[in-house]
Amino acid sequence: MAILKFENVSKVYDNTTKALNDISFSLEEGEFVSIIGPSGAGKSTILRCCNRLIDITEGKIWFDGKDVTAMNKKELRAVRTKTGMIFQHYNLVERLSVMENVLHGKLGQKSTLAGMAGIYSEEEKLEAFNILRGLDLADQTYKRCDELSGGQKQRVGIARAIMQQPKLILCDEPIASLDPKSSKVIMDHLSNINKRDNITCLVNLHQVDVAMKYSKRIIGVTGGRIVFDGPPEKLDIKTVHKIYQSNDSDLITDVKVGA
Amino acid sequence: MDMAIQLTGIEKSRNGKIRVRAKSKSNTAIKLLIFVLLAISVIALLTFDYKDIDLGKAIADTFANIKTVFLAPKLSRGTLADILYQLLVTFCLGALSTVFGMILAFFCSLLCAQNIADKRIANVVKSIVAFVRAVPTVLWVLIFAISAGLGSVAAVLGLTFHSFAYLTKVYAEAIEEIDSGTIEALRASGAGFWQIITQAILPSSLSYMVAWTFMRFEINFTNAVAMGAAAGAGGIGFNLFMAGSFYFDLREMGALTYIVVIAVVLLEMLSTKIKSKAK
Amino acid sequence: MKKKENILAVRKVTYAVVAAVIALIYFGAAYITEFKMSEGIAAFPGAFLWIAENLMPDEQAISRIPKILSKLLETTLLSVAVTVFAAVCAFLFSLLGTRTTKINPIIGKAVRIVAAFFRNVPDVVWAMLLMFSFGQNILTGFLALFFTTFGLLTRAFIETIDEVSSSCVEALNATGANFIQCVFQGIIPSSLTGIVSWVLYMIETNIRSSTLIGMLTATGIGYLFDMYYKMLQFPSAGLIVLFMVILVIVIEGISNKIRRVIM
Repeated sequence: MAILKFENVSKVYDNTTKALNDISFSLEEGEFVSIIGPSGAGKSTILRCCNRLIDITEGKIWFDGKDVTAMNKKELRAVRTKTGMIFQHYNLVERLSVMENVLHGKLGQKSTLAGMAGIYSEEEKLEAFNILRGLDLADQTYKRCDELSGGQKQRVGIARAIMQQPKLILCDEPIASLDPKSSKVIMDHLSNINKRDNITCLVNLHQVDVAMKYSKRIIGVTGGRIVFDGPPEKLDIKTVHKIYQSNDSDLITDVKVGA
Repeated sequence: MDMAIQLTGIEKSRNGKIRVRAKSKSNTAIKLLIFVLLAISVIALLTFDYKDIDLGKAIADTFANIKTVFLAPKLSRGTLADILYQLLVTFCLGALSTVFGMILAFFCSLLCAQNIADKRIANVVKSIVAFVRAVPTVLWVLIFAISAGLGSVAAVLGLTFHSFAYLTKVYAEAIEEIDSGTIEALRASGAGFWQIITQAILPSSLSYMVAWTFMRFEINFTNAVAMGAAAGAGGIGFNLFMAGSFYFDLREMGALTYIVVIAVVLLEMLSTKIKSKAK
Repeated sequence: MKKKENILAVRKVTYAVVAAVIALIYFGAAYITEFKMSEGIAAFPGAFLWIAENLMPDEQAISRIPKILSKLLETTLLSVAVTVFAAVCAFLFSLLGTRTTKINPIIGKAVRIVAAFFRNVPDVVWAMLLMFSFGQNILTGFLALFFTTFGLLTRAFIETIDEVSSSCVEALNATGANFIQCVFQGIIPSSLTGIVSWVLYMIETNIRSSTLIGMLTATGIGYLFDMYYKMLQFPSAGLIVLFMVILVIVIEGISNKIRRVIM
């Protein structure tokens, strides 16, 4: 069954700018899908529509068989607790400890009062610690997040998402602010979570080579429209140029795509 | 055993539960500070001498007065042209003190910016500036009024003093931002003190200084209004004082207030624009 | 080389224009305000002589030290209390005004307009207005300072929250946290240092402003200074200036120390 389904989704900002134009696709459970495209193509908007951080203008979005666009606040909260999200700039609460940031993944399932005061059960704390250990962050548990490196911060972001025990993880440019070595660590962890826990991953990337290496399926977006949707083998150089609206000479990424 | 190995790194807090928070001095300090400030505030409110005021009546009266001032403004003493001229006077008081403060502050900041000044001189200048800044503007105005008499001279000097102290600090910080390599390179090429200033310091920090100076002008304008009211310095502040404390004319006060507010809002908008351009 | 000369020429013209504008402002403003440079310069020696003479308290001034200190303490307490209460109100208000919480764009706009109103109506107007209803009472100064502080802090807090908290609040929203949880787990921890720094700054500012308000409302240290000044008892007035300087410098020192610790 499809875990996420977009049906003719459009988003218009300020009555004029069309960010998404008639987007339709669906994700099967356990898939690892990358969205590629130039900046401003609408990649971020697509991700933020999934859990309604942004409200869409037209169309329907289905999550786990339920219509997200028609939900009230409470139902939407339930969807959000089942959807993890990872950001380019990590979006951690920098002054809190690594542990507290990971435990934030449980906020959606807590009562207002317990969440507000930051009261967690011992099981939850152990679970958070085990997740951190799995991401090689055990030594950082009690550090403040502003003491960490970029790669470590992003792993905390992943830990927070896993803590939610999500069905779907949305990753918005997870490696765009990282060096190549940390980028590989992050992508390996994401791929690992996808395989081990069977969590569906939808990843925005602008590195075509990374997308080709890690995903079984790539969606190419340009100008708010989907122009490619298929396995990496089918992505040829012509399509890449179409996605990035570029000529042979001015694409920096050196991609070895299937001929 | 297996469990123990897995859990190395986890810590317990005093109550035996797993610790969650970071050990950080700053978090403790903030909590302590907030507690102290709240305690002081509560003690303050409990110990003030309220002179058996009838609070209910006072509040009701306040609302009635606010309503009159802001919903029924009316100019009855003097024409709009007169008032606008007084506004211009206030504006000029602010401008004059900003110009003087700016010029004095520029030279003083050269004497106390860490990367170009002599350490001993810098410390002396900084102490003087701290002293000048600590005295409230109105006290400066009144001190100058002893020798110059109440009026525009005392007001401008008083306002100048405070702006000078404020701008010196700001300018010095701007100069300290300049890459020391730039200054060293110029020094190595044989440039003198003034050449360094005109070739390195002015070009790189001018826009920042202009933005702050304009912001100070905004503050000086409101201060000039206050000085007109509290220290008889002239301008629209004096009209406000007469309307409020002499004629008890709330409606006149309202009209004058609106004029001042409009002027301040316009200046604020302009200042924001200059600030965003300077960045 | 030619380009460099060009830049230098442009720079010279810029400096000349700036100097001309400043000169123009000076002459125009001096004409309108009837400011005379000669009188200004002549006033300097007198003012410094006054300071030098009167910073040495005479017997009468020394006998007034307890009274001055008690008024100064009152002023300090007043400034702290005003700032703290205004900060609490401004924080609650700024939660409605930030874009971060996305409460409602219309409410947000309304909050910002109300804050601008309180910020831009001069404190002297509030003081005179409140004099009518509260009279010569400490509450007059308290409320006058409260209104302006509230307006200023609301804007400052909105800017702080929008700058430092919006990204983590987005993430907390995405985990399904509700509004109150986002405030306590996201906004407060991330923006608290910025907020505290503003509060410390406003306490300093309010100590200075309360002198002025005191003169208008006949309360506190401002009134005491005004009284001695008008009675020409300058050594006593000078003593107030001296204590004021010490108080402000001490508070500035403490604030700077606190800022360094909490950053």
